[in-house]
Parts: sequence; C-alpha cells; structure tokens
Amino acid sequence: MGLLDRMSVVINSKMNKVMDLFEDPRETLDYSYQKQLELLQNVKRGVAEVATSKKRLELQKARLQMNIDKLDSQARESVSAGRDDLAKMALERKTAMQAQSDSLDSQIADLNDQQQKLMAAESRLATKVESFRARKETIKAQYSAAEAQTKITESVTGISEEMADVGLAVQRAEEKTENMKARSAALDELLESGTLEDYTGGDEIDNELAKIKAKSSVDDQLAKIKAEVGKK
Amino acid sequence: MIVRIMGDKQYRMDSCFLDDMNSIDNQIVSHIDKGDVEAYKKDLFRLVSLVRAQGEPLGAENIAISDIVVPPEDLSLEEARRVFAGEGIIKG
Repeated sequence: MGLLDRMSVVINSKMNKVMDLFEDPRETLDYSYQKQLELLQNVKRGVAEVATSKKRLELQKARLQMNIDKLDSQARESVSAGRDDLAKMALERKTAMQAQSDSLDSQIADLNDQQQKLMAAESRLATKVESFRARKETIKAQYSAAEAQTKITESVTGISEEMADVGLAVQRAEEKTENMKARSAALDELLESGTLEDYTGGDEIDNELAKIKAKSSVDDQLAKIKAEVGKK
Repeated sequence: MIVRIMGDKQYRMDSCFLDDMNSIDNQIVSHIDKGDVEAYKKDLFRLVSLVRAQGEPLGAENIAISDIVVPPEDLSLEEARRVFAGEGIIKG
C-alpha cells in the first residue's frame, strides 16, 4: 500500500468519524463548520503567540549583543591599561558569547521562516472554511428539498470529504503551531536560565578595570598634592 | 479522475497520469523506508507538482468524491511514517 492509498484511508476514517456524530447530515455540517471555525481561531491565536515569543527572543538577542559589545570595549580598555591578561579573559568570553549569538540568529531565522509558512497556511484555510460554509448551505437546501436520493448521497459524501480535509488541515496547522510555541519557549527558557547569557561574567573584569582606574586616579591626586606641597 | 491535494483543492485529471503517480508513490515509499529525507521531499514535491501542472482545478461550486488523495507537500517524513503506522496524520 502506497502513501496515496494511505492518505485515502486517513481521509475516509476522518469522514466516518465526523459523519457518525449525527444522524442528520445537516447537523453534522453545521457542527463541523463550527468546529472548523473554532480550530481556525486556535491557529490564529497560536500564530500570534509565536510572533510574541519570537519578539522576546529578538530582545534577548539584542541583550546578548550588548554584552558582546561591552566585553569588546573592556578588552580594549584592558589593553590600554597594559593588562593583557584581563583583555584575554574578556575576549575569550566574547568569543563564547558570539557563538551562542550566531546559533540564536539561525534559530530565530528558522522560527521566522516557519511562522511565515504557518501564516500562509492559515489564510489558505480561512478561505477553505469560508467556501465550506457556502457549500454546506447548498447541500442543506438540497437535502431539505429531498432531491434525488443518490445525488444527495453523493453530495453529502463529497462535502464530508471536504469537511474531513479542512478538519485535518486545521488540526495539522494547530499541531505545528504548538510545536513552534514549545520550541520558542524552550529557547526562551534557555536564555532566561542564563545558559546563554551568563558567559559575560563582566563584573570580574569590570572590578579589575575599576581598580586600575581608581589607582591611577589616586596616583594622579597624590602627584597633584605633592606638587602643591612642593611649591610651598 | 478526481485528485485531491490535501489541505489544498481538488483537480480533474486524465487517468493516463495514474501510472506516473503510482511510480512516484512507490519511490516515496522506498524513501520513507530508508529514511532518506532529501529524496522523500524531492519526490513528494514532484508528485504534488504533477497534479498542479496536469490537473484542472475544480471550482468551489463542485462537490466531488476524490479517486486519489495526494498528501500535502509539506508532509514531513515523520508524519508520513505515522500515517504508515496507521496512527493517522494527527497525533493522538
């Protein structure tokens, strides 16, 4: 059995599941339409949530970049102060952070790509759901007018196939949205917990640099006082 | 014959393409067995493209029963495996 046959089985089993819900196909159609709308709303909400968490990641990324810039200027200050050991420490940290930042960049780009695809799928589905609404009304009218039984049976089977297809597509989009939300949340947590971020350790270098600055300031003041005292 | 691309729309297609479709389908099955993601993606795209290129889209006013159901082009290999395992396309 190939994939094509399997797909027919998938659609058929979904069709049967839906059609078994109510005795009257008209009720099934209305119920399915409501369900589709509901699921579509979930997908829309999910896409919006993914967009929000992606924004958060971008903010985290900006913070990471600030830390990288800070380490870079610390390295420069350390070299000026003749402390190559401190400069090396800052540069080592900067390199590690840069690697994290690069990996974050590609993850954000990937999320972005998936988000775009999901948004396209969502609008395609909205069109399908809308067109389903119009078609179900036609079928309901036919059914009520008790047209030729075979034609109705065919129409009902046809529309329930469409119903199954829309249902599966929306559920699939929802599942994808959930996966993306989870991925983005995991990244966010990783950043929050400091796995990515605590590489700065900037304080240590800051303290050393501050000590150097303080020392040279004290030396300056001392020299100044000595000069003044010497004059008298 | 009527062909549905899942999550997309239905197409009317000449049945002379059935052999081509079956042949691509067999290759897809073999890629799934081997877990060859790239080849799987390529042939799935080929299958969907064949329908889009050779089929005539059915208007929204038509309600027809499909003879063939083609998977959506973004069906992942894992999802395809799930379908083969009889678990359907959606988890749970």
